[in-house]
Amino acid sequence: MKATSAVDLRRRAVSRAVEVFCAASVVLALVPLGMILFFVLRQGLPALNGAFFTEMPKPVGEPGGGMANAMVGTLILIGIAALAAVPVGIACGVYLTEYRRARLSTAARFSADVLNGVPSIVIGIFAYQAAVVPFRRFTALAGGLALGVMMLPLIIRTTEELLGLVPPSYREGSLALGATRARAVWTVVLPAALPGIVTGVLVALARVAGETAPLLFTSFNNQFWSTRLDQEIASLTVQVYTYANSPYEDWHRQAWAGATVLIASVLFFSLLSRFATRRLERMHRGTA
Amino acid sequence: MTRTAVARDGSLFRLGLGVAALAVVALVLGIAFVLVDGSLLSLRAFGFSFWRTQVWDPVARRFGALPFIWGTLYSSFLALLLAAPVALGIAVFLSELSPRLLRQPLTFLTELLAAFPSIVYGLWGMFVLVPVVRKLEVATPGWMRHVPLFSGPPLGVGMLAAALVLAVMVVPFTAAVAREVLKAVPGAQREAAYALGATRWEAIRMALFYGRTGIIGAVMLGLGRALGETMAVTMVIGNNPQVSPSIFAPQYTMASVIANEFTEAADPLHLHALVEIGLVLFLLTIVINALSRLLLWRVGKKEEAPAVPAAAAPVAA
Amino acid sequence: MTRELQAPADPGIRIRTELRPAEPAAASAAIGIELRDVNLSYGDNHVLHDISMDVDEKRVTALIGPSGCGKSTLLRCLNRMNDLIESARTTGSVKIKGQDIYGPGTDVIAVRRRVGMVFQKSNPFPKSIFDNVVYGLRIGGVRDRTALEAAAEKSLSLAALWDEVKDRLQASALSLSGGQQQRLCIARAIAVEPEILLMDEPCSALDPIATLKIEELIYSLKERYTIVIVTHNLQQAARVSDKTAFFWLGRLVEYGVTSDMFTNPREKLTEDYITGRFG
Repeated sequence: MKATSAVDLRRRAVSRAVEVFCAASVVLALVPLGMILFFVLRQGLPALNGAFFTEMPKPVGEPGGGMANAMVGTLILIGIAALAAVPVGIACGVYLTEYRRARLSTAARFSADVLNGVPSIVIGIFAYQAAVVPFRRFTALAGGLALGVMMLPLIIRTTEELLGLVPPSYREGSLALGATRARAVWTVVLPAALPGIVTGVLVALARVAGETAPLLFTSFNNQFWSTRLDQEIASLTVQVYTYANSPYEDWHRQAWAGATVLIASVLFFSLLSRFATRRLERMHRGTA
Repeated sequence: MTRTAVARDGSLFRLGLGVAALAVVALVLGIAFVLVDGSLLSLRAFGFSFWRTQVWDPVARRFGALPFIWGTLYSSFLALLLAAPVALGIAVFLSELSPRLLRQPLTFLTELLAAFPSIVYGLWGMFVLVPVVRKLEVATPGWMRHVPLFSGPPLGVGMLAAALVLAVMVVPFTAAVAREVLKAVPGAQREAAYALGATRWEAIRMALFYGRTGIIGAVMLGLGRALGETMAVTMVIGNNPQVSPSIFAPQYTMASVIANEFTEAADPLHLHALVEIGLVLFLLTIVINALSRLLLWRVGKKEEAPAVPAAAAPVAA
Repeated sequence: MTRELQAPADPGIRIRTELRPAEPAAASAAIGIELRDVNLSYGDNHVLHDISMDVDEKRVTALIGPSGCGKSTLLRCLNRMNDLIESARTTGSVKIKGQDIYGPGTDVIAVRRRVGMVFQKSNPFPKSIFDNVVYGLRIGGVRDRTALEAAAEKSLSLAALWDEVKDRLQASALSLSGGQQQRLCIARAIAVEPEILLMDEPCSALDPIATLKIEELIYSLKERYTIVIVTHNLQQAARVSDKTAFFWLGRLVEYGVTSDMFTNPREKLTEDYITGRFG
């Protein structure tokens, strides 16, 4: 049994080599992760001071300044996106779980999948034609709309997934007490899935807050303070893009600082969702 | 409540939700309509020759999109070439080889890459990766530079930088989906192979073979991502509309040209030409995504029969 | 048989764990597998306790007992399939022809080629019938087409499947019926010419007619192989096996010639089980 033929030695060597390749792949993926984190933090942290959060951009040549307007702009944009996408997304997600086999469900599920795969730049074109052209100007509303479209499939999917996790006994219990379907969903099923859905919405918000392409020709950019929805508005990502493309060292530093803020929020929301999902899984395992 | 009231409540409920579901369908149709409507001028003026013409000259009002579709397909192809083996390696490691303690944190870390905004990738590509690529290009020996694949001045920005950034961005997507596919392969398949004296790789290869359609689907899903990626590519590809086989040459993609020229397109024909590029990008990604979903759905339909005792998943031979 | 078994209520029940030589069979046989003090645990969960038994060569040995008694786990010890589970720890020795397969430096892959296995649910690869049968030979380095064809015909004939599939060897294995698939899996296992064949409830997913065919097959295969079969079905154990081992809560309670054990069990526990009082 210990006699090992040449064929077996080769097979074992091949197997070993593949195992090493697979482990190396993981390491290879962690290299850019580490590099990105390292460079963003190294370049960005020094530029990340109080002024960055509170001051306006300074003209070229004047040192200092910040991205206060861009950060407020991003918050406004994702606020609009949430207002537009969350109600529709959750309602659609509920429809998909309640009427799983309806023909409309198939169509809506397919549409959500399509929407999820549409390149963000194409969403930008759509928002431009739908919300910029009629008013003949770039607006925060158009940018928010574009981000809302990007968010929609994420929210639909989260809602459908989390409602699917709610044990059927919840709904049956409610229906057995004579509740209507609407009431059962509204008072029992949705609340049970709510923490998860809220997390999903936050993650979706973080995701679209990092989008640049759909904003380039919808909300455009604004070097000045503006919170008006019918005007162009600055955003963190477009500002980073503008600064990165500029020839000025000072602006490059600002771009890195902006990237640090973006990465920090991504990290925060990823960890949040990880913990939330774990807790939810435990919760449902306990009750199911 | 009376019966009719209950029924009305139920149908109102359904109607209300149905409107939302319908809105999602309408949105996709709306996007399609807007894209067709917005590119009519270009569609009429150039017809199919739009996609065969190399010249892109807004001043002369001559628009040919060949360089962009070339750049998009070429960069995505190269990215997939780099990303697919690594992504499959990660999927195999995380689902078949990893010690249980490392599995969760490593999964989290690799998937974190998918969450980074593309502008951050662009920034990193522009200021970190491009200088490295440039050094690599400068160091390329002269005889190699006569090969068309490596011709052109060492600029740093160009096809290679774009493919590298795209590869990094695509890996986590493909890896995550491939991991799901491997998870869906019944443990009995691996056991059958092991029981016949298979090595670990031979058993894994059997699992990969069993889930082959899903694995292809995972790679195609990555392709869909690569085709539509805008910011990161725009920042490193050099934005030069030319059809070149050289990976050192600055080139251009469909998404990038839209991002760069859309706000400056004063000429309606120019704008319509850009929207037509968007339309084709839209159709391209729909086809790719639909195909990959079809492949993945076929795997999902197969029965799942975990034959490994509940204690744990297989880890060692 | 799905009822959970409680810990022994009657402390008077003795479970003897020392080596018990099997009762002399009609024709005495050489020892095929020699188990000594086999213990196995998954983490803190101790699943097998001090199993010692001798399995006769070229005979059929049935492992019976209620769900969760450890009989399948024991079967998986015999070709080291439990190695695939990270938390599993095995001690003791399992000797095949005098060689301890848990000894240091053992080649697990070679062990598995000497000890074939057939699973509860047939698990053919999604490939052609031919590719399934010769899989083990191919990975073992056999490339010669005629050799592969000869081996396929031989194993399929031994598995009583040749006549049914000889005209469609290139058809997908998944196009076969459940019983045929299971016989294909048996053919696949014997194609690598093992000495021992392990069967883990091979008929549990089959209808009575397919079951009968497999049982006939087992009967004919014992001329060539040492067969260990786990079964839930006591009638099946009585029909196909020469010796039977009864397990309870991870311990070997009784081991003896099948006909004796079913007519005249030595242990009260065995009697209760085979007369259907529990399990």
